[in-house]
Amino acid sequence: MFGELSWDALPLHQPIPLLTSVVVLLLVFGVVGYVWFKGHVPYLWNEWITSTDHKRIGVMYVIVALLMLVRGFSDAIMMRAQQAIAVGQSQGYLPPEHYDQIFSAHGTIMIFFMAMAFIIGLMNFVLPLQLGVRDVAFPVMNSVSFWLTASGVLLVNVSLFVGEFARTGWLGFPPLSEKAFSPGVGVDYYLVALQISGIGTLLTGINFVTTILKIRAPGMSYFRMPVFCWTALVSNLLIIAAFPVLTATFAMLMLDRYLGFHFFTNDGGGNSMLYMNLIWIWGHPEVYILALPAFGIFSEVFATFSGKPLFGYRSMILATLAIGILSFTVWLHHFFTMGAGANVNAVFGIASMLIAIPTGVKVFNWLFTMYGGRVRFSAAMHWGLGFIFTFVIGGMTGVLLANPPVDFVVHNSLFLVAHFHNVIIGAVVFGVMAGYTYWFPKAFGFTLDERLGKAVFWCWFIGFWLAFAPLYIIGLLGATRRMQHYDNPAWQPYMIVALIGAFFILAGIVLTAVQLYVSIRTRDRRRDVTGDPWDGRTLEWATTSPPPHFNFAVLPDVHATEAYWGMKQRALQQGRLEEEPDYEAIEMPRNSPVGVICAFFTSFTGFAVIWHIWWLAILGLIGAFATFVWYAWQDEDEHEIPAEEVARLDRQHRQIRAETLQAGSQPA
Amino acid sequence: MTERDKSANDVAPGQPHDKLLNEVASYVIGLFLALVFTATSFWVASTPVLWGPGIGVGLAVLAIAQMGIHLVFFLHLTSGPDNTNNVLALAFGVLVVFLIMAGTLWIMANLNGNMMPPDPLTNMQMQG
Amino acid sequence: MSGATLGPLLGEDSENSGLGHRGPESKSIVVPYGFWLFILSDIVLFSALFASYAALVHATDGGPAGKDLFDRTKVAVETTSLLLSSFTCGLAFIAGKRSNMLWTQAWLVVTGLFGAIFLAIELNEFAGMIAMGAGPQRSAFLSAFFTLVGCHGAHITAGLLWIGTMMAQIWVKGFSPRMMRRFLCFTLFWHALDIVWVAIFTVVYLMGTTP
Repeated sequence: MFGELSWDALPLHQPIPLLTSVVVLLLVFGVVGYVWFKGHVPYLWNEWITSTDHKRIGVMYVIVALLMLVRGFSDAIMMRAQQAIAVGQSQGYLPPEHYDQIFSAHGTIMIFFMAMAFIIGLMNFVLPLQLGVRDVAFPVMNSVSFWLTASGVLLVNVSLFVGEFARTGWLGFPPLSEKAFSPGVGVDYYLVALQISGIGTLLTGINFVTTILKIRAPGMSYFRMPVFCWTALVSNLLIIAAFPVLTATFAMLMLDRYLGFHFFTNDGGGNSMLYMNLIWIWGHPEVYILALPAFGIFSEVFATFSGKPLFGYRSMILATLAIGILSFTVWLHHFFTMGAGANVNAVFGIASMLIAIPTGVKVFNWLFTMYGGRVRFSAAMHWGLGFIFTFVIGGMTGVLLANPPVDFVVHNSLFLVAHFHNVIIGAVVFGVMAGYTYWFPKAFGFTLDERLGKAVFWCWFIGFWLAFAPLYIIGLLGATRRMQHYDNPAWQPYMIVALIGAFFILAGIVLTAVQLYVSIRTRDRRRDVTGDPWDGRTLEWATTSPPPHFNFAVLPDVHATEAYWGMKQRALQQGRLEEEPDYEAIEMPRNSPVGVICAFFTSFTGFAVIWHIWWLAILGLIGAFATFVWYAWQDEDEHEIPAEEVARLDRQHRQIRAETLQAGSQPA
Repeated sequence: MTERDKSANDVAPGQPHDKLLNEVASYVIGLFLALVFTATSFWVASTPVLWGPGIGVGLAVLAIAQMGIHLVFFLHLTSGPDNTNNVLALAFGVLVVFLIMAGTLWIMANLNGNMMPPDPLTNMQMQG
Repeated sequence: MSGATLGPLLGEDSENSGLGHRGPESKSIVVPYGFWLFILSDIVLFSALFASYAALVHATDGGPAGKDLFDRTKVAVETTSLLLSSFTCGLAFIAGKRSNMLWTQAWLVVTGLFGAIFLAIELNEFAGMIAMGAGPQRSAFLSAFFTLVGCHGAHITAGLLWIGTMMAQIWVKGFSPRMMRRFLCFTLFWHALDIVWVAIFTVVYLMGTTP
């Protein structure tokens, strides 16, 4: 009746998951109960859950990402603590079968549900605003994408309370991930959750590429788009190109596990090396999917806070395109040691080193942007400078690793672990934190507290280097990754320093929460009245903070790169704003429950597939199909905002801007 | 978002838009050509007339040609500027497919080639 | 690429800068373009399955190989069927553009029928192979075969469901812009499946059975 599900699935005999489960369930029920009894459900349903507004969806992605940062980081600090004590006689406090789930969950959650969610959330919020348009190409599909991601998040987190998670690492290599060696539900949770959220991500890729290529303000030709939009374009093209490979590979592994196929098994002619090849065809572009938008964020931040246009706009675009193409030609460097031989290794090694060149072009462009500019060391700029320092060093260790003979020594050591955290934290985490700081006022109407923001940065910066520099060293000395226990006492001092670093990062995360709380409390002091708190250069700063539902009363006419900067300069020269436009009624898409209903069915179907509850899985699929048919039958999916309402909102905004202009100051 | 369609400068992919050919003619020609190429493929695969190693190449070329026929006659893909976006997207897809196929084949061939030969491997397995 | 696109790249003056300055495109272009991107992603999915098939084609674990199992006559019938269904799909769309309800529905039925013939032959082939012990669990080669060809068959099945739903919707709602957009997307889907089949019958069936 319930497949393989039984009371044994609950972690009654494992104190840590049990305690965590109880605490989390209490929190969840507490929040849900509070929202329910205070009567906030209609507001949440109408304004957020069924919203097709890219701004709302973007914020929801970021909220999920921040929550998953806490979950993923708690896994991290548990690992650091274990490795600081589990040497020689001591086995630490985490047995291997538990430790293995922790490092697997850490990687899975941080990559898929923290980094991807954060980047997609920021792109969601910013892209239509920077492109000068009202929404993405497919707003309802946007909502579906978000809710499918949320469904994946739900399933991965449910594995903590019901059943177990994979013990195979975040990529699930066979033969360990095959049924013969991982008979439990852990790998199934992993595969099902990622297949569901993978569909969401692919749909996002299609959505954003279509938006960037087909839906831009009049006059915004390709070479007048902000660099963030270019990096988003290439990143989403990579999503379209890479995620189907992930879907296919996971499907093959699922067929092996569920139906006894022999793609990657040890017997029947299966070839587990094929899995490695396919998964890294996805895996390498994936890191550029994450890194390119982060580079785009920094391009915006450096230009704005240096008071200068970005240096080398065209070379930036070329470099981005080059990185995009090259990222599809280097994947073998993840398995140099698997035995393809010297010729193959040499080709991929050289290609991997080549990627450093366009990346270097970008770094020099950022530096030259600052040179000769009036640099303001805001919190966002702190993240930018920290990124340059951290990411460049991480990139250099990458070029080291791109050398096959070097890689043969340090493959799967802590040196590798330090390298990829160096580049991911340096580029992606610092990037999303910069983006969060930079675009927060646009989303909510007030800036975050700058002092606390700088404190968060320093905690992360110092914490990162304390946590990972020691790992470079003992990695070279022979320490491998994913160790629940080790025998060499000489490594322990380094592990302890790393743990201290993790505590600094913990402080940074706690301070982020404190910063949010304090900033909300004291928001009246830092209201963004004009909509342009940083003296920005791109079109999102032309709107109010937060922007109206329709973003722009009239789509702007774009005459140059840095469209908004040009508008401001003209206004300053002429001493007045541009003419009031002719206001027309605006059609905007309606809200839609399709996304959340989809996620409802995929969550149940996913859970049913994991636990082999076949009748529930079939019911879920039928429910999903029926929802789709019902949705496809609908006729009316837009509503009109009357011209008077548009005019009223826009005139309010123009009033404030005119006053600021008269007062002689730049909107800042 | 649903703005007025300005000049019809871009064409949706798959949209029949040929001024030269009658719409139906495009499909008829495409069907005819595709049938010819399919028949040819079957013939190439079974005839003793062709040099052995050339058969694979021949079949590949015929398959690619037939895909081209589908793209031009059924999907109305042309080289005009109004189709550039569609063609570029296709080119990107083709590049990715090529990298995946060629890369996988080359890598797997090398990996498999470096595996231990079956006899010593079985001996070792027997001992274990 | 034309000179117009390279112009800005070469530093030419970009006041009336070339591509993409017309403002947002209409839905009749945006929706099919998005679907085109989806089709390309689907082709990438098939290429991953193709690559796996190519890597595993000799991994028969002592069991039957392609030349022991594939029947070229059946494949020829399947191929012709699918090709004809692509043709009738195009005719259906032209009838739809001319708002001719009778012929649209008729050609769609024929398209569906040819698709169903294809599927029937394929399911029959699969059943036969399983019955003689050459099912997907027998070897890696067979796992790859059943997955690649089966994935294509699953797409055809989805396409048949789509034809059915679309026939009903067009009957009830007529040839509105929204229905025509969906119809166009369907033709993209159906033709793409035929393109994938060209690859399959060439690589799997023909190359797999050349002496």
